[in-house]
Amino acid sequence: MKVRVDVMLKTGVLDPQGEAVRHALGALGFEGVEGARQGKVIELDLADGTSEDEVKAMCEKLLANTVIESYAIHM
Amino acid sequence: MKAAVITFPGSNCDRDLAVAFEAAGFDVTRVWHKDTALPSGLDVVGIPGGFSFGDYLRCGAIAANSPICRSVVSHARAGGYVLGICNGFQVLCETGLLPGVLMRNAGLKFVCRNVGLTVASVESPFTDAYALGQDLMIPVAHHDGNYNAAPEVLAALEAENRVAFRYTDNPNGSMADIAGVLSENHRVLGMMPHPERAVDPEHGGTDGQAMFSGMAKALVSA
Repeated sequence: MKVRVDVMLKTGVLDPQGEAVRHALGALGFEGVEGARQGKVIELDLADGTSEDEVKAMCEKLLANTVIESYAIHM
Repeated sequence: MKAAVITFPGSNCDRDLAVAFEAAGFDVTRVWHKDTALPSGLDVVGIPGGFSFGDYLRCGAIAANSPICRSVVSHARAGGYVLGICNGFQVLCETGLLPGVLMRNAGLKFVCRNVGLTVASVESPFTDAYALGQDLMIPVAHHDGNYNAAPEVLAALEAENRVAFRYTDNPNGSMADIAGVLSENHRVLGMMPHPERAVDPEHGGTDGQAMFSGMAKALVSA
């Protein structure tokens, strides 16, 4: 089974890379880009029957640094 | 005195760190990341700079979960001394031995130059050979050295004299100009600047020497 995990910086944490993307879009002439946030997508190929709790443990232990990042699991 | 220096795939300051320990009189063992145990009778563990595991996922995240790091965590929890420099600092934050995180430099650029530091705490064996407020010149070389922590963590670091060094001219956006922090028991130090690159006149400066010689002295009398 495929599971997707999105890892994003938490709201309020300054994201200099997202800010650079926003700035670059403006420089290319795209108007009205008011914000850009950059994150990661991790696709996991897991044994059938793997529980969401187990994926959550993977996120907490390794995939996200919960001091600054939040994650969303898509089973 | 015995020191161990850990090497991960992608570490590149491990030899320099070993040489700096040796010059201060330490007997140094080099330890590979797949080893599961640290040498016995160890005084201090050094986690060197570099790009462990190619900085994949997050700087230091994979190294922090390697077999040897479990032993480093046990060593620290038992009151052992640990010095993490640059990538080593990132690894220590990822293990949870030190609070906070090191994010991408605010200016987005890799910064590689000498920076001015102020000694902000002398309450540790790493810094007690310096004078409080002393100015040092030490090189930095990093892309992710922007120290961030929650306001209550920063307040605790300040209140407990756990900010070891501050930048005199902040190169990376770190909160409160923080360049190095100590653990609650003041026995684990993580810092972005490289004191091991300032221990020999040929390096262009020797301001890092006192960290290693001071550690040797403090550990002998401890």
